[in-house]
Amino acid sequence: MKKKEMVAMLLAGGQGKRLKGLTKSLAKPAVYFGGTYRIIDFPLSNCSNSGIDTVGVLTQYEPLVLHSYIGVGSDWDLNRKDGGVFVLPPHERENGSSWYRGTADAIYRNLKFVDQFDPEHVLILSGDHIYKMDYNAMLQYHKARNADCTISVIDVSLEEASRFGILNTDEDLKIYEFDEKPAKPKSTLASMGVYIFKWDVLRKHLLEDGEKASSSHDFGKDIIPLMLEDGNSLYAYPFVGYWRDVGTVTSLWEANMDLLSDHPPLNLNDPNWRIFTRNPNQAAQYVAPEAKVSSCIINEGCIVHGEVKHSVLFYGVEVGEGSVITDSVIMPKVKIGKNVRIHKAIISENTVIEDYMEIGIERENEDEILLIDNRSKKRKSVAAKTI
Amino acid sequence: MKELLGVINLDHELDKLNELTYFRCGAAVPFASRYRLIDFVLSNMMRAELESVGLFVRRKYRSLMDHLGDGKSWDMNRKHGGLFILPPDWNDPTDTSLGDLQHYHNNLDFFKRASAKYIVFSGSQHINTVDLQDVFQYHLEKGADVTLVYKAIDQLQPEHDPCLRLELNDNNLVTEIHQEKHHPNVYLDIFIMEKKVFLEQVEYCIAHGESFFFRDVIQKNRANFKLAGYEYKGYHAVINSLESYYKNSLELLKQENYRDLFQENPVQTKIKYEAPTRYLDSANVSNSLVANGCIIGGTVENSVIFRGVQVREGARIINSVIMQKCIIEENAVIENVIMDKDVHLSKERILVGDSKRPFVIAKSSKI
Repeated sequence: MKKKEMVAMLLAGGQGKRLKGLTKSLAKPAVYFGGTYRIIDFPLSNCSNSGIDTVGVLTQYEPLVLHSYIGVGSDWDLNRKDGGVFVLPPHERENGSSWYRGTADAIYRNLKFVDQFDPEHVLILSGDHIYKMDYNAMLQYHKARNADCTISVIDVSLEEASRFGILNTDEDLKIYEFDEKPAKPKSTLASMGVYIFKWDVLRKHLLEDGEKASSSHDFGKDIIPLMLEDGNSLYAYPFVGYWRDVGTVTSLWEANMDLLSDHPPLNLNDPNWRIFTRNPNQAAQYVAPEAKVSSCIINEGCIVHGEVKHSVLFYGVEVGEGSVITDSVIMPKVKIGKNVRIHKAIISENTVIEDYMEIGIERENEDEILLIDNRSKKRKSVAAKTI
Repeated sequence: MKELLGVINLDHELDKLNELTYFRCGAAVPFASRYRLIDFVLSNMMRAELESVGLFVRRKYRSLMDHLGDGKSWDMNRKHGGLFILPPDWNDPTDTSLGDLQHYHNNLDFFKRASAKYIVFSGSQHINTVDLQDVFQYHLEKGADVTLVYKAIDQLQPEHDPCLRLELNDNNLVTEIHQEKHHPNVYLDIFIMEKKVFLEQVEYCIAHGESFFFRDVIQKNRANFKLAGYEYKGYHAVINSLESYYKNSLELLKQENYRDLFQENPVQTKIKYEAPTRYLDSANVSNSLVANGCIIGGTVENSVIFRGVQVREGARIINSVIMQKCIIEENAVIENVIMDKDVHLSKERILVGDSKRPFVIAKSSKI
């Protein structure tokens, strides 16, 4: 294998329990977002756009969809002779088998994969955030400081800070302390879960950590504190731009809604930073004479007869006459009958909504986002009622 | 299907779509929001699982080649077979062939190397969803020398005038091929025949100074061949003039046409990585086809909008076809217009064509 300056390792094994029915049989990175994408499209496209051509994708939970979705990586221009995208599930070895025990363990178990490319640096990514980022710019920052590790950070509010890994730095952004989900955060610099390590330094620490029975084998909890202890130089890289964790039904819904303003904070139409995805190859969307569409995103293959307001429609969705959809996310191939009303809901793929159904209207808890799942037997009684 | 070799012959097609075909051949003309005319025949061939498809082009094929690439979009980037784009390449000084026979003569290797025993020929102007496997089975059952595909048209339109007609007997055998305007059986420019017979006829015709295979072999020799007619009953449109292009584009807004063309089987095309279309708060859209990558803030009525088009607030688009990446600025008005790719229309401009004769704006204009 040709030597690479930097190899990316994308952690995509997460179950994403807080996404409830959406991840019942789907790994979180494969969850749909933004009318046509899956969450993993963002880090993969960022890699492709940043000129990183070697990406290992570490899978574990319900990997089928993810594996077949990534395929040979041609949709992200990652089908390369040297490098490209590699799907890396946990595997059995001479001394037995086990699942990835933590984020660091996942990399530890794929040391040989990274070693093949003999990289100077390794980029660690997670597959559950929506953002556009030039990893190459971060690499230049990392190299300019001769850092052993650079952690991308985003400024969050003080109230939110205890949900994240918080970095405490001196003035030139050199990290002296890392608090994983601190009760009393000392700063508002939150780790985005994007790390660049010098490979030889990380390798050494992974080997050390891998043998430790007491370790949880996690980057935030174990590796970063260990490196700080050992006196390595760690820097924070301040990221400016849209970044969102879409780990819960509500945050997934909110991130979708963020796309709907006339000037959305995340521009998906930038020809210089496209988000690539597997194209379902559908005919153009048809907006019928009686239809009304405004403040919404609609994908190809949709046939709209009703009204769609402030909502996201994935491909192949049909909306019958007289139906009104507001503040909702409708996933692929959902068939919505006539005179249906849907408000503040996420409808998962392939669901059929019968005529005259009401979903999310006159609800008790306005803040809650209803998740209508095609497998959920309770659907009718819990979420909907017939007029 | 290894028994059948695909040939798409564009040689006899005239580029009669005015501005739309000044710099591209008819097969490369964008159609139906995100396709080009060639996509429909290629998708039919893909569905029939043909191992190899040869595409004979002669002029203005740059944009066609760009669109087709290595054939991946139609699953035709294969180790064995796949898509072969065969532009003119006349190297044989002793060659006396003319017309499309020239193509066939110069690409005999393409035919000989293919393992297929039969060939299906098609043009690109007739948009249809014909099942070529079914036509092939019919051809074998009929024991015909040649099987021609036709559609009985209820209401003939001006664009059918230049089309050939098939006269059939009770046994569905073709008795006449002519161009009588009022005959309903329009020939779809698709036929199947045995490769061996085809090659013999090519050789014979060249020796006898002929030039066009269909005219000189099939049409003239109808008495010597057993010609079967296969009736196709699905969606059909002929795009051979600007008027037919415009009319058939807007006809797709009828739901039965949209469903007939797209619902059963997806039509494949070159993939663009566009975001889904975004409608702003001010958008007002009705009875329209809209592709991905658009940002629409204005009014769109009864129109076909291609990928990446921007319609700014207050702009009005009525009965029009707007191709890829056009920008229509605030308060501009467009009615009965075909706008080719990359046109930029400034604020408050008004372009109005006639509903029978749409106004055509050439590619990359800035108005």
